[in-house]
Amino acid sequence: MTTIDATIPLDTVGIRPRSTGFVHDTLTVAGRALRAVPRDLEGVIPPVLIAFFFFVVNVATLESLTEGAIEGFSYTAFQMPTAILLGVTGVSRAPALVLDVQDGYLDRLLLTPVRRGSILLGHLLADITVAAVLTVPILVLGFVLGVRFEAGPLGILVFIGMAAAWSLAFAGFGYAIALKTGNPGAVQSVFLLFFPFLFLTTSYVPREQLTPWLDTVATWNPVTYILEGLRSLALVGWQWDDIAKGLAAIAIVAAISMSMCFAALRGRVKQQ
Amino acid sequence: MNTAIVTEALSRQFDDSTAVDRLDLQIHQGEIYGFLGPNGAGKSTTVRMLCTLLGPTSGWATVCDHDVATQPDQVRTRIGVALQDVALDPKQTGAELLRLQARLYGLTRSETDKRLDDLTKLVDIGDALDRRIATYSGGMKRRLDLAAALVHNPDVLFLDEPTTGLDPVSRARVWNEVRRLNTQLGMTIFLTTQYLEEADELADRVGIIDGGRLVAEGTPVDLKRTVGQDVIIARIGSDADAAVHALHDLPEVQNVDARHDEVVISVVDGATAIGPVAIALGHAQVQIRDLTLRTPTLDDVFLDLTGARIENHDSDAQNTSSDELHSELDALEAV
Repeated sequence: MTTIDATIPLDTVGIRPRSTGFVHDTLTVAGRALRAVPRDLEGVIPPVLIAFFFFVVNVATLESLTEGAIEGFSYTAFQMPTAILLGVTGVSRAPALVLDVQDGYLDRLLLTPVRRGSILLGHLLADITVAAVLTVPILVLGFVLGVRFEAGPLGILVFIGMAAAWSLAFAGFGYAIALKTGNPGAVQSVFLLFFPFLFLTTSYVPREQLTPWLDTVATWNPVTYILEGLRSLALVGWQWDDIAKGLAAIAIVAAISMSMCFAALRGRVKQQ
Repeated sequence: MNTAIVTEALSRQFDDSTAVDRLDLQIHQGEIYGFLGPNGAGKSTTVRMLCTLLGPTSGWATVCDHDVATQPDQVRTRIGVALQDVALDPKQTGAELLRLQARLYGLTRSETDKRLDDLTKLVDIGDALDRRIATYSGGMKRRLDLAAALVHNPDVLFLDEPTTGLDPVSRARVWNEVRRLNTQLGMTIFLTTQYLEEADELADRVGIIDGGRLVAEGTPVDLKRTVGQDVIIARIGSDADAAVHALHDLPEVQNVDARHDEVVISVVDGATAIGPVAIALGHAQVQIRDLTLRTPTLDDVFLDLTGARIENHDSDAQNTSSDELHSELDALEAV
């Protein structure tokens, strides 16, 4: 049996809490979230494997059909952004935040002087980092399958940045649900929200191949512009118009999701 | 004497129910204040208001001279809190959790190293610190939670039922830690408990709360003195009213309370009074099952004030007598 050593002095001279900055708090929370990722590989490995699977299968199924119909068209390069969005959408630490709520650890954080916004921003910062990393193996697979980037190495970095930014914009919905409900099941199902947006767009064929009604729906679907922005970097080069539209679509979705998740955070942490 | 915690008419309403009702407290620096009451009395709601997790519906409170509602950040830097349910992340290691806590309070790396060294010895967690918290026993989690509350060397420590669910040895260990923090560091400790012996053993002063209201406050000795010097408990098998009537006029008896099959008789000198009490009950043809003489407990105070006993929902705790805990404490202190 272990016992207390009553001879241990409680020497706390000079140890006093100090005020910390917003950036310090955010990086501290982000560091914790990132350290947890290797312990939660089930949250990041399956999306990448699913992306690999659909990338390979879609290319194998539709490549000859599309490349036969459109001269000089690389269906592999066309499919890669779809695979990337499939891989990074919904990847977030929101389920871990639900566990923090359930385990009471969020209360432990709230009892410290940490800035409340940093709790959420730290998680989002970790998410964008993870999403950027997850993009890399899918890109590598694309290169192995013959994809060449017309926009060059800088275009690859912009591509990764846009994909990660989209992941972050979508993650906001997960955090909103996590903080509002504290229900892990509800958070897991947020990915289902993405499905209609992924299919009612140019995920599988170019815009001109869509039926008129689907083309109309795709016009209003932000994922259309994100895919076109990403594809332009691989297929065309620096097509600023497409890139700007893609970034604008991400910004609009992010504005909505971030408003929702920060409102949910305020609701969760206010002294009700 | 400087005050560490002050509340005035502090109240908290949840929909139609009042959890805390116009609570007035003055807790001095360096004091261990025991907040005693049954489940649902309002203890945890009071703690959550004082540690800024919950806003008051009305009234106000200050901790270390900072208002809990308007200056929560200043309050948070001065307090440490171990809530009723341990608040830990099971996927972190103990060391990671403590280091994160230290960073959030702005401690430097060298301060954190030193603090971890001290705290791990203090709460006796040792080698387990590098293991995931998910692998810890309940007692280890409780001790790590206490260490997390102490990382930044707070002025005021809130312990919300710190020994609920612990075995007698772990409970004795927590009591020792609480005493040391108070005596060696002069830390003010606000301790809520439903265990009478815990309040009796640790607290300089005790506040008894029932139904959200503070019903009594004082040192354990003073509170028990209000009941009488000694208490005779008669378990009876007949009409309690007849027993009360029979005892009321005895000169040795200060007060009589009857509840179900139990009559609590407060007397000045138990040894002298127990004979006349037995005779009076016999004359009144009250069927006596047993007659016990003891000194008053805080439960007797609670019974005297509210007409009910503090119900202990922890079966382990119910089976743990105060004597048992004292012997465990003695054993620990002897090591």
